[in-house]
Amino acid sequence: MTETTYNLLVLAFPVLVPLTLAALTAILWRNVQTQRIVSIVGLSVIAGCSILLTMAVLRYDILAVEFGSWAVPFGISFVADRFAAALVMITGILAFCVGIFSLRDMRQIHLRAGFYPLFFGMIAGINGAFLTGDLFNLYVWFEVMLITSLGLLVIGRTKAQIDGAIKYALLNLIGTVFFLMAIGLLYGAAGTLAFADLARVLPTLDPTPGLVGAAILFLCAFGIKAGVFPLFFWLPASYHTAPFTISAIFAGLLTKVGVYAAFRVFTLLFTVEESGIREIVAVVAALTMITGVFGATIQWNIRRILSFHIISQIGYILMGLAIATPLAIAGAVFYIVHHIIVKANLFLLAGAIRQASGTDDLKKSGGLLKSHPWLAVLFLIPALSLAGLPPLSGFWAKFLVVDASFKGDMAWLAAVALFTGLLTLYSMTKIWIEAFWKAPGTKRARTRQVPVVMVAPIAALGAVTLSIGFFAEPFVQFAETASITLTQPDVYIAAFFGEETQIGKAVLERIEP
Amino acid sequence: MIYVYAATIAVVAGAGIYMILAQNIIRIILGIALLAAAANLLIFLSGRLGAVSPPIIQQGSEVLASYAANPLPQALVLTAIVIGFALTAFAIALAVKAYKSLGTLDTSQMRDAETTGSPFAAKPAQE
Repeated sequence: MTETTYNLLVLAFPVLVPLTLAALTAILWRNVQTQRIVSIVGLSVIAGCSILLTMAVLRYDILAVEFGSWAVPFGISFVADRFAAALVMITGILAFCVGIFSLRDMRQIHLRAGFYPLFFGMIAGINGAFLTGDLFNLYVWFEVMLITSLGLLVIGRTKAQIDGAIKYALLNLIGTVFFLMAIGLLYGAAGTLAFADLARVLPTLDPTPGLVGAAILFLCAFGIKAGVFPLFFWLPASYHTAPFTISAIFAGLLTKVGVYAAFRVFTLLFTVEESGIREIVAVVAALTMITGVFGATIQWNIRRILSFHIISQIGYILMGLAIATPLAIAGAVFYIVHHIIVKANLFLLAGAIRQASGTDDLKKSGGLLKSHPWLAVLFLIPALSLAGLPPLSGFWAKFLVVDASFKGDMAWLAAVALFTGLLTLYSMTKIWIEAFWKAPGTKRARTRQVPVVMVAPIAALGAVTLSIGFFAEPFVQFAETASITLTQPDVYIAAFFGEETQIGKAVLERIEP
Repeated sequence: MIYVYAATIAVVAGAGIYMILAQNIIRIILGIALLAAAANLLIFLSGRLGAVSPPIIQQGSEVLASYAANPLPQALVLTAIVIGFALTAFAIALAVKAYKSLGTLDTSQMRDAETTGSPFAAKPAQE
């Protein structure tokens, strides 16, 4: 196998493998037990493929492939720089952990309604969105993700799920229409839709109303996807209704795809500085943090608290986009990786708490510290990391963005971020006190066991959080190198229009931090 | 002609947004479908109007004639129509299911997800 073929395969596999698995599990529709075995094997293959991709990207810095040898901008291309590769790898690892958790959490009714085919379809959509090098292709992957996630959301067909899914569906549909309109306006102005070509063409164009309109529509569309203020209302209305496995994967990945798309478009195509949306993004980031964390403080359902915290954490990531210095972008990349792991882990923990205490209403639960002390320890790792206490991963993530905001003359944003961190700690303490510390409302004859397949993924994700926290240096360095491909579009362009057009050969000499 | 076309898009999009503001789910879905139609028309417009011949390279020539249509927006619109159709169909099915199990199509009366774990819920919520 030549190197070119290997690179092609390694880029396409994170999408092809889940698609194949979706087909396989759909064929095995009636045989739920075989579906389970196929999915666990398949999920480890996906994780393996995504690790291979990251290794290849570490060697070449940026990998690009044009399918069917149709050169950009005529054909569809896949590109993996460090940012995309890191997200694909996290997706692979997270999907594996959540898949293990699903062995116990998903009931027969969910499996018979097609959980596994939908799950793999969504993974394919997420990875496709991370890897694609074409704006319209990104739209298609968004839709793949949307339709499969809708199927997953209503999988139990309860009243609350249907209610949540309607709000999720309608608001996200409006978001995708905005996305489509933005694509139309951009195509009219630039005449191309491939990222690399757009990055070449757009700087030569004068800002016309069409281009500015496209930029604002992109901001709204990705804002709805990412759940930023004031477009987030679908998120806390729906995430807490799905089964725990599904809400964990939603919480970890779906909003981050919107954030990823925003980072791609507003670093490569438009810059926040030149398009004059810097102040808008900064204010939106601040309001997202504040409203998210205030929304969380009054809730009593664990998953509703966590849903509101997704929103406030998205605000931190947007801070990086608003400041837009290489340091800030690096901080945001680090933050995204940290947040995917931590937030999904907290949703899995909500499932474990539910299993142990029989309820996810904090008013009724309690006493878990005595009955399940190890669960309490496992809860503290992601909870304190989310609040940003040293030496956990959240501390370094917050440190990077806050540091960048001081250096980027946005000290007020840093103040908002720190205040939000304090209130995050309040929410996490509330869950800790109500679920673990206080005496249980009703005495139980015997303790409810939490099965190993539920604890193992939680422990694994907790271990990832701890290792990012204790050995932050290589991760920060990785994020800094990743931010260079984001802030210097010519590296991305060179992957297609450099001397080596088929495969972006090592552009190492350009990547000097 | 281009102004008439642009005005048409504005009217369709405006009608769509007006319908999205309603409380009835069916009206909202129809509104989104109208807005999606406006988006498709917009993509078509962005590929320039005024073409008079199909995008086929004439015999003996190497490039498309200047009066040929732009094929790319048509491909994009086709894809967008298919995707929009699938999503609208799903949304309608969801609305039917909602009407059967929640007994209403009025968004302001759908509170089942809201009351789960809400601090203001009158009755304790069930899953």
